[in-house]
Amino acid sequence: MYDINEIRKDFPILNIQINGKPNTFLDTAASAQKPQCVIDTLVRVYSGTYANVHRGSYYLSEQITGLYEQAREIIKTFINAASSHEIIYTRNATEAFNLIAYSWGRNFLKTGDEVLISEAEHHANLIPWQILRDELGIKLKIFKIANDGSYIEDEYLKLLNEKTKLVSVTAMSNVLGTVFPIKKMVSQAHKVGALFAVDACQYAVHRQIDVQDWDCDFLAFSGHKTYGPSGVGVLYGKMSVLEQMLPYQVGGDMVDTVSFEHTTYALPPSRFEAGTPAIVDAIALGSALKYMMNIGWARLEAHEQDLIVYASQQLQEIAGLKIIGTAPDKGGVFSFDLNGIHAQDVAFILDKEGVSIRTGHHCAEPLVKRMGYNSLARASIGLYTSREDIDRFIQALYKVSSFF
Amino acid sequence: MDIQELIENFELFDDWEDKYRYLIDLGEHLPQLPPALHSEEWKVSGCQSQVWLVPDVIEEAGKKLINFRGDSDAAIVKGIIAIVLSIFTHKTPQQIKEIEVENIFAKLGLSEHLSPSRRNGLGAMTEKIRYYASIL
Repeated sequence: MYDINEIRKDFPILNIQINGKPNTFLDTAASAQKPQCVIDTLVRVYSGTYANVHRGSYYLSEQITGLYEQAREIIKTFINAASSHEIIYTRNATEAFNLIAYSWGRNFLKTGDEVLISEAEHHANLIPWQILRDELGIKLKIFKIANDGSYIEDEYLKLLNEKTKLVSVTAMSNVLGTVFPIKKMVSQAHKVGALFAVDACQYAVHRQIDVQDWDCDFLAFSGHKTYGPSGVGVLYGKMSVLEQMLPYQVGGDMVDTVSFEHTTYALPPSRFEAGTPAIVDAIALGSALKYMMNIGWARLEAHEQDLIVYASQQLQEIAGLKIIGTAPDKGGVFSFDLNGIHAQDVAFILDKEGVSIRTGHHCAEPLVKRMGYNSLARASIGLYTSREDIDRFIQALYKVSSFF
Repeated sequence: MDIQELIENFELFDDWEDKYRYLIDLGEHLPQLPPALHSEEWKVSGCQSQVWLVPDVIEEAGKKLINFRGDSDAAIVKGIIAIVLSIFTHKTPQQIKEIEVENIFAKLGLSEHLSPSRRNGLGAMTEKIRYYASIL
């Protein structure tokens, strides 16, 4: 645990008022607010060290290339990769999955091969495989989860076989909060010869990742959810896998030699980083991850766990409120139904009370439908969320009830 | 109810709560849309809730007028539809084209529903109504 009031001082936006009410931001699962150190990095680099990376042999370019590569080292530490060469900068996790599908899928999958995902996947980890299914004639298999959102090992193993070439699963559902036992799932996938990709967008915000311990082949997360800037994300790939993959996009900064007849591609990660990247955002992502690691995972998890228990208790006391996703091991995401009131009505009234939540299908439409809804309201917490935030949220929910 | 009357009614409320209660009430009193019209054909895309708008062309004194019916599965949006219908229904295509819906919502004190990020459908609804006016 830590002093939440001290932590909150690091996030200037938490001080603003919304509709004359304190800013009760409960949509961290969609995008997190930024600590001052991240904002400072953006300003500092643009004001004092800005140039393009990996290009000129001059002072500024060398300085910023150093910072840009240092950030890659921080990301390496953040997920415990074996080498920073296994860290590819992308725009976001969506691009990371598209990259896997394009650069690995198109080269290694053939008709009859199977890709296995869960029912709880975000569209970014569903649509790229649907496209490959239609283009290459592969099969897309989807294993079921329990009605409470829990992982069911039998359902996974039932669909995992020698035809499975890739398993791609979220480590923590963005709708249900369910935590999947990735390490064990990876080892089971490897036994049948399948590679394993992890969608760590939500997990990376709340818990420590260790790609070497998990032994996963790919892992993706978005910078804007881990308290960093929008526009930068991360794809981790095992070097042995990345080396065999062809480029995703082609152009500048990703080649070894180019003539008009032929091009030799650079080694990973440059091979997958065509064109000028989100340089300063990547550097500031380094600041964000450092900020999280400085707080320390044990303290961060203890704080959030306390809030999860607190919020669950409070929510359960509201008449007619049903939490959607109650797996025993879940992260700080609360999708809920309140007496059948439309999620958008809930959100409109909460907004008037300064409370920000997400509504809709959360880019996981099949999952929301599978849970029996067209639209769900979702509150989610971050490291800066306080018990007072939860209290204001609960009070606002009572107000919503009073309207209907 | 015509729109002028609605504006006057909204002026009576001092706080958002009364305004929203009235909005929900307006939605509840919207004439029911037959279930058969709750179809993909009449759905307005780009909304977080489901919204349906159905145009009906009539002739009156040699003039072509468009009436609209609508519905939503969300209560506040349904209230917004009630307002949108009272703004646009029974107008000529030319009149529909000329109506400045932004000004009216500002007068109602509901400007927050105009923000494009809200995606609550007001923008999408207006666009769809203008589209119908241009083709019917």
